[in-house]
Amino acid sequence: MNTPAKSPLKAKHQRLVLVLIALAALIAAGLLAMWALRNQASYFYLPAEMASNPPAVGRAVRLGGMVEKGSLKTDADGVTIRFTVSDGTARVPVVFTGITPDLFQEGSGVVAEGTRDAAGTFVANNLLAKHDEKYVPREMQSMTAAQARKTVEETR
Amino acid sequence: MIANLGLAALWLAAALAMLQLLAGGLALRPAGNVLAGIVRPVAVVQGVLCAIAFACLIVVFCQTDLSVKLVALNSHSAKPWLYKFAGAWGNHEGSMLLWVTIMGLAGGFVALVERRLPEPTMLATLAAQAFVSLGFYAFLLISSNPFERLNPVAPEGQGLNPLLQDPGLAFHPPTLYIGYVGLSIAFSFAVGALITREVSPAFARAMRPWVLGAWIFLTLGITAGSYWAYYELGWGGWWFWDPVENASLMPWLAATALLHSASVLAARNALRAWTVMLGVVAFSMSMVGTFLVRSGVLTSVHAFAVDPERGSFILGLLALNIGSALVLFGLRAATVTEGERFAVTSREGALVFNNVMLSATLGIVLVGTLYPLLAEALGAKVSVGPPYFNPMSAIFIVPMLLVMAVGPLLRWRQDGFGRVGKPLAIPFVLTLAALGWLAGQGVKLLPLIGMALAAGLLIAALLPLRGRRLRTVTLPLWGMVVAHLGVAVALFGMACDSAYTTERLVAVKVGDAVAVGPWQVRLTGVVPVAGPNWTALEGSISASYAGAQPVRLAPQARSFWAPAQQTSESALATRWNGQLYVVLGEQAEDGRWQLRLWWKPFVTLIWYGGALIALGGVLALLGRVASDLRRIIARDKIAYRRMRQGR
Repeated sequence: MNTPAKSPLKAKHQRLVLVLIALAALIAAGLLAMWALRNQASYFYLPAEMASNPPAVGRAVRLGGMVEKGSLKTDADGVTIRFTVSDGTARVPVVFTGITPDLFQEGSGVVAEGTRDAAGTFVANNLLAKHDEKYVPREMQSMTAAQARKTVEETR
Repeated sequence: MIANLGLAALWLAAALAMLQLLAGGLALRPAGNVLAGIVRPVAVVQGVLCAIAFACLIVVFCQTDLSVKLVALNSHSAKPWLYKFAGAWGNHEGSMLLWVTIMGLAGGFVALVERRLPEPTMLATLAAQAFVSLGFYAFLLISSNPFERLNPVAPEGQGLNPLLQDPGLAFHPPTLYIGYVGLSIAFSFAVGALITREVSPAFARAMRPWVLGAWIFLTLGITAGSYWAYYELGWGGWWFWDPVENASLMPWLAATALLHSASVLAARNALRAWTVMLGVVAFSMSMVGTFLVRSGVLTSVHAFAVDPERGSFILGLLALNIGSALVLFGLRAATVTEGERFAVTSREGALVFNNVMLSATLGIVLVGTLYPLLAEALGAKVSVGPPYFNPMSAIFIVPMLLVMAVGPLLRWRQDGFGRVGKPLAIPFVLTLAALGWLAGQGVKLLPLIGMALAAGLLIAALLPLRGRRLRTVTLPLWGMVVAHLGVAVALFGMACDSAYTTERLVAVKVGDAVAVGPWQVRLTGVVPVAGPNWTALEGSISASYAGAQPVRLAPQARSFWAPAQQTSESALATRWNGQLYVVLGEQAEDGRWQLRLWWKPFVTLIWYGGALIALGGVLALLGRVASDLRRIIARDKIAYRRMRQGR
């Protein structure tokens, strides 16, 4: 085996150095990931939690609950809708501009992705509703199991 | 009847897998040598039996045999034949049978044609393949039997999720699965080489075509899946960083790293332990992906029917397979001797950098995908999206792409930047100029970097051909050039889409016109239409690009009646420089219709780039196979001549 003349690495050490570099890069990636996740993960709120301990204005979060009956209104532009999400104890006004998911309706569950504005309105940039009988957003599953179950039964 | 035949074939295949594992394992010992001869035939027959079982499933779906529970739950007699056929794998049990079938066929194929490795390594490889298969047979037969019967027979099936009723279903899952499961071959090769301590360039050369094959399918599957989600989900996005998508991206990242490190091992006998490790990791990522997709532990936009109990079964399999492979690796890694050394500025050095960056990206995606699970265990419900994934992966991918421009020009073992500096000056200056020009236009940071880098890479990818006569360039080199070109093309598409997409959301009366980008879009009417198992409202739209002759588009809001569900079918107008994307929404009380419009410049380049990457893989694979064949033919000729001379 002939050695590269200008190699700065001693014979026995190259493997060790490679392993250390790879490890360092992976650990750096892991640390970076954890740091970024603390800032970027979007937390899930029920209306009651949003009332008692609201997220910072502008921070991306998700809000889950039932669309209150009789609360759904469409603005004059025809594409902006306003409704109230409730969990039986608290109510949060939501505004959304876009085409609603097919099974989105009053009295059914919804998970809204978006941010809270200074006035306390939740500005949604995406709505997730039940796709079909088999597919329910996970948050909605556990929510119906918890306090929102009654709301669902009543509004059905 | 046919369902029983399928089930019998499946049980028989499982029994043969057990035989393959035992025979392969025992044959490694001197006393068990008599068993060595049966391992390859058993592997082949096992593959054939799997194929029979899968064919049976397709037949019961095509016949809509409602005495089979799976058919009753997921099919319907009124469904078009394509979706009856493809519906066989549009559900949990069927897709797991597809998984097992591909695994069996891949193992059989390897047993049939792979002759380059020492026979003991082959036996250990086939035994390892049988070991992994057995776990999945158990999973299929115990907890997800696709042939389970119904008594009494159901009067009618419940139908297939309408989102899946698309030609994409016929192509995307099988392609992706061939990629996923093809990586099991790399896994088994790695385990076999560790058991027999045969980690050598010959091992890498034998493994490489199999990894290439799986990687080509994985690339095609991801590309096709991305396009399918793009036009089917109606959100105008082509990648959502959804857990199910990440599940396919992670094996791809690992397999890409493996391809590059295997080429170092094959050419230079370096990175030995690392290559073996990647072989284990790549298929482990496939299994992690299956766990994420099939268990439903994470929320996904790609609606899959889910069952948490199955998740624990797959998790157990995962732990068993990965755990035992890693233990084996831990025991044997120290005995894998260090390979040849190389300088930092060399082809090897660049490929090591590529590997580290791909692994780091894999780590970023893995952590981001699993974080919601971790957080949930700690009592917080979170989701992780593009604000995390985009910048975090860019941190590692951008440096990797920079090195991708340089690496192919470097010589093996040792080189200096001086020699490659001159040719690289052109793409370098081009990138800088693009950076400056785009920054002046106020493009956001990530798309800015993406476009400038893509511009430079488009030139840099071609540089390995510089100074060569094109007719003498080997196929594997063409493969590399085309694949790297594909990366640049796809990157350009992604960055353009992100920087220049314009979106309009409006409510319009019939006859109204809307402008989006250079397009004038007019809604000329909404009419009801009917399909084989749906009815729809179809918007009639005339769209004109910069005053040219208008094209007609027909987005639909479909209502399926089995199962009862609505979907929106987007309409696309494709030009060489981008796509117009139209979705028809609901009708407001005042009679206006909601329209959502996007003009997406150069978005199609994303998928053309993906196809180019796969094409590069195909060229490389053809080149490798051809040279292997030539070698075999030459060897046979020599052997024949010697034999004749001997007489």
